[in-house]
Amino acid sequence: MSFLTTRGVPRKDLEELLDSADEFNRVLARPIPKVPALQGKLVANLFFEDSTRTRLSFERAARALSADVMNFSAAGSSAAKGESLKDTALTIRALGADLMVVRHKAAGAPRRIAAWTGRPVVNAGDGAHQHPTQGMLDALTLRQRFGGLDGLRVAIVGDIRHSRVARSNVFAFTALGAGVTLVAPRTLQPVSTGGWPVDATDDLDGVLGEVDVVYLLRIQAERGGLSVFPSLPEYVSRYGMTRDRFDRLPAEAVVLHPGPMNRGVEIDDAVAGHPRALVLDQVANGVAVRMAVLFRLLGGSG
Amino acid sequence: MSWPLRVLEDSVPLVMAAADVRKSLSRMAHEIVEGSRGEAPVLVGIHTRGVPLARRIASAIEGFAGSRAPVGALDIGLYRDDLASRPAMPLAATRLPVDITDRIVVLVDDVLYTGRTVRAAMDALNAFGRPAVIRLAVLVDRGHRQLPIRPDHVGKNLPTAASERVSVRLVEIDRGEDGVWIEPGAPGISGADGRV
Repeated sequence: MSFLTTRGVPRKDLEELLDSADEFNRVLARPIPKVPALQGKLVANLFFEDSTRTRLSFERAARALSADVMNFSAAGSSAAKGESLKDTALTIRALGADLMVVRHKAAGAPRRIAAWTGRPVVNAGDGAHQHPTQGMLDALTLRQRFGGLDGLRVAIVGDIRHSRVARSNVFAFTALGAGVTLVAPRTLQPVSTGGWPVDATDDLDGVLGEVDVVYLLRIQAERGGLSVFPSLPEYVSRYGMTRDRFDRLPAEAVVLHPGPMNRGVEIDDAVAGHPRALVLDQVANGVAVRMAVLFRLLGGSG
Repeated sequence: MSWPLRVLEDSVPLVMAAADVRKSLSRMAHEIVEGSRGEAPVLVGIHTRGVPLARRIASAIEGFAGSRAPVGALDIGLYRDDLASRPAMPLAATRLPVDITDRIVVLVDDVLYTGRTVRAAMDALNAFGRPAVIRLAVLVDRGHRQLPIRPDHVGKNLPTAASERVSVRLVEIDRGEDGVWIEPGAPGISGADGRV
């Protein structure tokens, strides 16, 4: 069994994962934040695309469960020498990996690796497709804050088209009962949202007064995010979470951002440091969610 | 004390009826207080059925001693030695209401069988502190230990064959009445939740 997407996962399973993550948050709060559950298991981080925070988070989660961790990054590796994805994956399996955490610029790479190796795979981000543990850590952060997601009104703002985070969150949030509005200029909206249970608009100011959550996406220069609108100042003027916009949100509304933040673009300094900006809660919850996922996939006979 | 062996529907023999469970827990409550020599014990139930049993013992103690022992709950899922041989189970809540360091801790479970659950529970406890003493109270000891572990307080010693299954039902968790049944089953399986 692998964890490749939040799409189509039954609500009961998502909630069970969040419940388990709650327990792992309690484990992480102990004086000795470590349990022996995955002793002797080997978790391989296969990062074919750069990421520091996600890899560190998975590494922390695996170690807190007493698993061993092996890190592979594409830069300077056999992949740079032309080894195929399949050969790399089979090599990592032959080295004894019990589970692989995979990030790749190509959508579907984690699923291929799961099929080739027969090992459980956690998708840590594949192209513009999915980043399911991000979706779950964001859901956990909202559940902690509001007690549940039922009826929450969430605006996901920014580069939806290039965002696997948006895709993961749309399906996790809506399955858990939230309503989601995608807010972006036309050029950053997905080509099609057919089958997505969401609304879409290009007018952030029009929805500010009626949302509980503003989820800001990072403008991803590396995925062409800069080429589809005229200029950064224009983006900021219409979609940046400025202090002025923040003050127009309902009093209990919160702001999330998956990081790394482009301060002054998606989010102003004054907002990023505000107690209702939950960015660091998201980071902390990421460890607990990843522990829950690793334990679910490795803490049993399958 | 004699234990009537009654046969319910499906020919599954009842070895402890609701009244027997109540009497056993009451006796165990007295034993626990006597064994604590004036100190207040912390009762820690092992999920699933150890938790309501610990609560009931605490209520019994409150009934005759006047003060209520703190009750905790322990999920041992992260400490099992057989994780690889069973399906992944969701974690239940682990809550210890007080610092257990230097306290008398009484672990409470429904069925004592191989002892592996208790070993895992002791490991789990040690992650929270260093108790002065850890004791073990079980409703049923069915034998077949695989580890050097023995109970301090036992509701009923129940000789069984390894192939038999001991089912404990408690109103807080299961439908119907309290009771302990013994039924033929797959070898190595014990407890209504299949825990060994």
